[in-house]
Amino acid sequence: MTNKTVLHGKHLEAGAKMVDFHGWDMPIRYGSQIEEHQAVRTSAGMFDVSHMTVVDVKGEQATAYLQRLLANDVAKLTEKGKALYSAMLNEQGGVIDDLIVYYFAQDDYRLVVNSATREKDLAWLNKIAADFTVELTERDDLAMIAVQGPKAKAIAAELFTPEQQQAVEGMKYFNGVQAGDLFIATTGYTGEAGYEILLANEQAADFWQKLLDKGVVPCGLGARDTLRLEAGMNLYGQDMDEETSPLTANMGWTIAWQPEDRDFVGRKALTQAKAEQTEKLVGLVMEEKGVLRTGSKVRCEAGEGVITSGTFSPTLGYSIAFARVPLAIGDSAEVEMRKKWVKVKVVKPSFVRNGQSVL
Amino acid sequence: MSNIPAELKFTNSHEWVRNEGDGTVTVGISDHAQDLLGDLVHVDLPDEGEGFTAGDEIAVVESVKAASDVYCPVAGEVIEVNEELEDSPELVNTDPYGDGWLFKLKIEDEGEVDSLLDAEGYEQSLDDE
Repeated sequence: MTNKTVLHGKHLEAGAKMVDFHGWDMPIRYGSQIEEHQAVRTSAGMFDVSHMTVVDVKGEQATAYLQRLLANDVAKLTEKGKALYSAMLNEQGGVIDDLIVYYFAQDDYRLVVNSATREKDLAWLNKIAADFTVELTERDDLAMIAVQGPKAKAIAAELFTPEQQQAVEGMKYFNGVQAGDLFIATTGYTGEAGYEILLANEQAADFWQKLLDKGVVPCGLGARDTLRLEAGMNLYGQDMDEETSPLTANMGWTIAWQPEDRDFVGRKALTQAKAEQTEKLVGLVMEEKGVLRTGSKVRCEAGEGVITSGTFSPTLGYSIAFARVPLAIGDSAEVEMRKKWVKVKVVKPSFVRNGQSVL
Repeated sequence: MSNIPAELKFTNSHEWVRNEGDGTVTVGISDHAQDLLGDLVHVDLPDEGEGFTAGDEIAVVESVKAASDVYCPVAGEVIEVNEELEDSPELVNTDPYGDGWLFKLKIEDEGEVDSLLDAEGYEQSLDDE
């Protein structure tokens, strides 16, 4: 059985090319994927991300529960609406999922997790919750629209009520606020400014149409992938999974080792993995013709590695990739492409921010 | 629905062939093929003067999504390639039967062209996919 978001009809109406994305019938592109990508880099694009799973966490032990559940520490969150990116690990120190947690109060949080991992995530959330006084509520009554790009905030604000406009005024990156009937967050998966907006399922098609009428370009999963890769953001299932340590997925910065007595799931295994770490995630750049592809082999003097995500970068005009490689890799390596070994540059895994190359 | 011009010949591997009537043919990939690939980012074309037989790998079209071989539809010698595609590979997406042509061949046997699929036969082969 294929799931459909409440915006499914709008995608078909726009002539989108649909694909099965982990059980969801989602738009891969509406027309040219590269034009959609450029719209987000230069103007404003929007994505239907209603397939993502939203879970509200409430109860007197909500903070203690999340401090056990997550590798990052929600104690860092002290201002209402502040968000945190974190991995959720298993006991072996592998990544069950990556997620965003919003803080509203010590007994009130919201999680946004991936759709592809929904079932196992919910099972895990509930399993850990058994030891805490906490209530989990999946918010499948909500749809989610990401509006992204240098003009996204200004255009979205035209649809806000005065109350909502005031609520987002001066809101910093990685915050969320419930304002009237919208939950508006300054988060995203593109490396551009913009909002991720949660709203009632019944409102979503109308809101989408209003954005469309204001010239916001609908973008599919294809553009979403090239945008997030340029921005240096991981994709669960490709760049990390349950067999992968966050340390080898460029997620070391999301692990809160302090305080030392915080016993989060996977801590013991992760401490050992840190001592024994032999690999890391890097960026690769190839300026010649051709496209680096996910799964391709990488070799360097220090040993072998693999491309976890590869694509063509529409902003840069050449190919970029993430690769898991030996720690001692230098500033160049070789990638196997169509039976040949091609030289590539090794860089930090981040390529484009706010429309500009960061290489 | 994909665009399949009646005056062209096609292969099962989605190349189109236009008989120019002077012993040469123009070759490209079909609208269906470009739609499957999505936005093209590179096109690797053969060298002029090179000879090929039907079924040889003669070019590569690479999109954001995948790289795909183009097969030579009929035997012949390459007399011209579409150099516009070096800087504007997207022409294959926007105008697959016009400005997005790939290369021209001087053919040896016109009978080979006649034996390719006609538009109806190609449409049938797409329905069977």
